Amino acid sequence: MSEVNKRQDEIVEEFSVFDDWMDRYSYLIDLGKELNALPEDKKSPQILIKGCQSQVWLSSELKDGKIYFEADSDAIITKGIVALLIRVTSGLEPQEIMNAELYFIDKIGLRENLSPTRSNGLVAMVKQMKMYGLAYHTKLNN
Amino acid sequence: MQAKYLDKIIVTFVLELNKELITSEMSIDIQKIRSDFPILAEKIYNKPLVYFDNAATTQKPQVVLDKLIEVYTKYNSNIHRGVHFMSNKATVETEEARNVVQKFINANQSCEIIFARGATEGINLIAQSFGEKYIFENDEIIVSEMEHHSNLVPWQMMAQKKKAKVIKWEFTDAGELELDTLKNLITSKTKIIAVNHVSNSLGTINPVKEIIEIAHQHNIKVLIDGAQAVQHIKTDVQDMDCDFYVFSGHKIYGPTGIGVVYGKEHLLEEMPPYQGGGEMIENVSFEETTFNKLPFKFEAGTPNYADTIALAAAIKYISEIGIDNIAAYESELLHYGEGKLKNIPGLKFIGTAKNKTSVISFNIDGLHSYDVGMILDKMGIAVRTGTHCTEPVMIHYGITGTVRASFAFYNTKEEIDKLYDGLLKVVEMFA
Repeated sequence: MSEVNKRQDEIVEEFSVFDDWMDRYSYLIDLGKELNALPEDKKSPQILIKGCQSQVWLSSELKDGKIYFEADSDAIITKGIVALLIRVTSGLEPQEIMNAELYFIDKIGLRENLSPTRSNGLVAMVKQMKMYGLAYHTKLNN
Repeated sequence: MQAKYLDKIIVTFVLELNKELITSEMSIDIQKIRSDFPILAEKIYNKPLVYFDNAATTQKPQVVLDKLIEVYTKYNSNIHRGVHFMSNKATVETEEARNVVQKFINANQSCEIIFARGATEGINLIAQSFGEKYIFENDEIIVSEMEHHSNLVPWQMMAQKKKAKVIKWEFTDAGELELDTLKNLITSKTKIIAVNHVSNSLGTINPVKEIIEIAHQHNIKVLIDGAQAVQHIKTDVQDMDCDFYVFSGHKIYGPTGIGVVYGKEHLLEEMPPYQGGGEMIENVSFEETTFNKLPFKFEAGTPNYADTIALAAAIKYISEIGIDNIAAYESELLHYGEGKLKNIPGLKFIGTAKNKTSVISFNIDGLHSYDVGMILDKMGIAVRTGTHCTEPVMIHYGITGTVRASFAFYNTKEEIDKLYDGLLKVVEMFA
């Protein structure tokens, strides 16, 4: 099993203990609060993904052939999902991120947060993560 | 022990009596009304739906749904110029709908009523057509700071085309437009003022009659965006003397995709058509086209007759209940809601105008509107969050969005209690 799927399955396992939405969201809120906020000076317009509901900031760094993400959001629930997305993708090789199929959101019952109509910045964030994967992959192979 | 029991009975009796008194004061039958709207019986996540997103769109009473089915099952046929029975019937119903709208907003003539896709298309129509004829380089268009993007962007586009300027009319922190501020903005270059009757994000009812009076003293035309007004308060275009008035069908319990543009006849006569095509022509040759008379000049293509006819059914429905009764009941909901919600710790109202419709915009200290809306949704409570297509309003207050609960006459105080309880839960969850 790929590393990205192993990480996703871990999250699915964690969420399986919650039997109602309130527990799921409370956990998400905790994750959102625990995620280190990006310092204000790092939240530049260049890394801002603007949704009309909430905003997401996503920065990336390539170290030893692997991509490391840092991200933040102004909404806590969005930030909780951001934390999960980072947990799944950060520290992986560009190609793995590029090709990752992110199924865990669906499986943990947070699908509505990732629908294109939500405009909370998350759909664009996933796209952006994959773009970084593609960009770094191209860079490393040239 | 017995005396205590008796006390309880008396208290219960008095409470019931009060309830009855309150109910009898209200001149609308809420249970009957709720049963007119089938969607209100829906469950969301297995909880009864509490629909507080009425400023975005309203639900449809059965009579409107029935009317749509009637059109499509009994006499669906392209209107005007048809020689056969069904075309004639559909035409008569459509033109009757125009008369219903005319009476509803008290326009002088039915040819002053133009059907469009919605308020947005209506404003685009006026901005393009009026602008084409009357706006020139360096002219000024005054637009209030509390407009929906639909009443700002079309003017920006027109201004850009004609090298004219859009002038911002700022509102006060309470969310009110001041007439003195307007007077200072008016110049000899001002051609038109575009302002809403009621603000969608703040609920402010603007003093449109006074605005129009001031404008007309300077020979300036006025467009009123009535998308948030006609379903809540009595609208009389002749009394307010506006030059143009627009509203949307779906916000007044009618179908989506239909809207109304009112314009004074002599202005509409002088203005060029907005779009070309069928219906709007009189004669066409390759050398020359002459345009149809009002209102058809502005209705290019096959009109949306089915939704037009159903819109008339919606207007008839609320007219029977009575717009004044609706206004009174909704005002009661507003005051009840404000009285209740102000007890939520850290809650701040955005928009505290003296004169408001049943819209409550708010934020809770330390909470993002999206987070609040997400959790309320899980409880079956539908509110809107974000900028409400009024980014300049958010910029004014230095915020990124609000939570907006907007009530309609089918909502109840019990539902507001659910919102209150829901918000307490939200505060607890994020604490």
